[in-house]
Amino acid sequence: MELSSGDTAWVLMSSAMVLLMTPGLAFCYGGMVRTKSVLNMMMMSMITIGIVSILWVIYGFELAFGYKADSPWYGNFSLSGLSSHVDDLTNNGGVYPIPMLVFAAFQLMFAIITPALISGAIADRTKFISWAIFVAIWSTVVYFPVAHWVFAFGNKVGDTVTGTGFLAGKGLEDFAGGTAVHVNAGAAGLALAIVLGKRVGWRKESMRPHSLPLVMLGAGLLWFGWFGFNAGSALGANGLAGLAFMNTQVATAGALVGWLLVEKIRNGHATSLGAASGAVAGLVAITPACAFVAPWAAVAIGFFAGILCSLAVSLKYKFGFDDSLDVVGVHLVGGIWGSLAIGFFGSSAVNSLGVDGILYGGGFDLLVKQSYGVALVAAYSFIVTLIIGYAIEKTIGFRVKRDVEVEGIDLKEHAESAYEYTSSSRGGSAL
Amino acid sequence: MKLITAILKPFKLDDVKDALQAAGITGMTVSEASGFGRQKGHTEVYRGAEYTVDLVPKVRLEVLVDDADASNIVDVIVKAAGTGSIGDGKVWTTTVDQVVRVRTGERGPDAI
Repeated sequence: MELSSGDTAWVLMSSAMVLLMTPGLAFCYGGMVRTKSVLNMMMMSMITIGIVSILWVIYGFELAFGYKADSPWYGNFSLSGLSSHVDDLTNNGGVYPIPMLVFAAFQLMFAIITPALISGAIADRTKFISWAIFVAIWSTVVYFPVAHWVFAFGNKVGDTVTGTGFLAGKGLEDFAGGTAVHVNAGAAGLALAIVLGKRVGWRKESMRPHSLPLVMLGAGLLWFGWFGFNAGSALGANGLAGLAFMNTQVATAGALVGWLLVEKIRNGHATSLGAASGAVAGLVAITPACAFVAPWAAVAIGFFAGILCSLAVSLKYKFGFDDSLDVVGVHLVGGIWGSLAIGFFGSSAVNSLGVDGILYGGGFDLLVKQSYGVALVAAYSFIVTLIIGYAIEKTIGFRVKRDVEVEGIDLKEHAESAYEYTSSSRGGSAL
Repeated sequence: MKLITAILKPFKLDDVKDALQAAGITGMTVSEASGFGRQKGHTEVYRGAEYTVDLVPKVRLEVLVDDADASNIVDVIVKAAGTGSIGDGKVWTTTVDQVVRVRTGERGPDAI
């Protein structure tokens, strides 16, 4: 097969767009915390880019997408260094006319944003070095294997396929990561919120977002980058990418409107934080479904995601866990809904690779497969994250000291402050 | 000499400043402030969670005047700052012992 310059260009572009989502997430999360911890919040995303990229080269890509071990659970244990030849094409359940290294770069960006998503659950109170260590361990024992389960369709030579991931082989439909990314990060976020405990003053003092324009900026960057996330997952510049692109847009629009409707009816006001949150909820929900459903169904999936997630974010107050920035309410709930929704709205008429869901006369078969995938990923991620979390907590500690948290984690952990309020605060002299 | 201190709604600052200049006042100090009076604070909603914000943003304006002008200037401020609704602010005066102009060393009413 000849290399396709069109496909390659699109996946390269998509990779850059998905990378941009992580700084976008940093803005989104950074705006939602208080002024004293915005830099720490953003740094949790930035350090994730650093650590995961390095691991990816050394062994991460092999562990997720290698096939030599021919295991449904992991790719291959090997210190690869990604030393393939530039002309090697991608083989993932079939040959794609794009270089293997382009596929590896694209998948790297997913591996980066997934642990970064978790950081929202433990805002304002996480020891930075412990977070860095967590990211390295979690990527290795949770993300890389789970990516193999869901995204690795194996190495196809002739009619023989080796190293297909467990859930990919079971017929789970997850186009861009509803389970591998969002359910995975959401369940891990819940586990870490439990391990670290509540912030000092939770529900007693005001923890309102310090900068909603930053949140809006971040949501905009996420939305833009998500076209690379979803449409790029077609691994080609083709009709499938077009379907994923359109569905991404309209589902997000539906969720934005759905979330704001709930707010308008419940609180009397449509808020900017609601618009940003609704958009993200829609993006999450359509991620697994974007290439398996018709655009009208994408609107329905998004609209319902907006309603569902806007109600789900209040659950933490009922259950008493401080999932600070609603990783559970948005990513876990949105990811579960989007993954299950394919069981209803899946249509082989829009994409011949897909299977018909309940509404298209396909029966409950697909919904059962989707539920199985969601449950397996959620359970694995939650349990393993709890173990990693408590292991870090009991050894080096996962949480900063109380006075650090109260005074501000930016100043104590990073020796910086985000904002200069008055000219007099500029004072002091260089040492 | 008197120090007049006025707590104002931020958007009324320009009106008050213009009125004071028209009344012959040549200098003033303005700072950002926050607080509450009978108006109390307000409620904000973030992802369905309600927060009561007690301290409302205000502007504090300070003017030094001669004893004879104090009453008139207070009236000017009150007239310019009023909207008739709750939260318009307060104005008060305090007696000042001494005023010095830093550049010339002038003291007392000459320094105003």
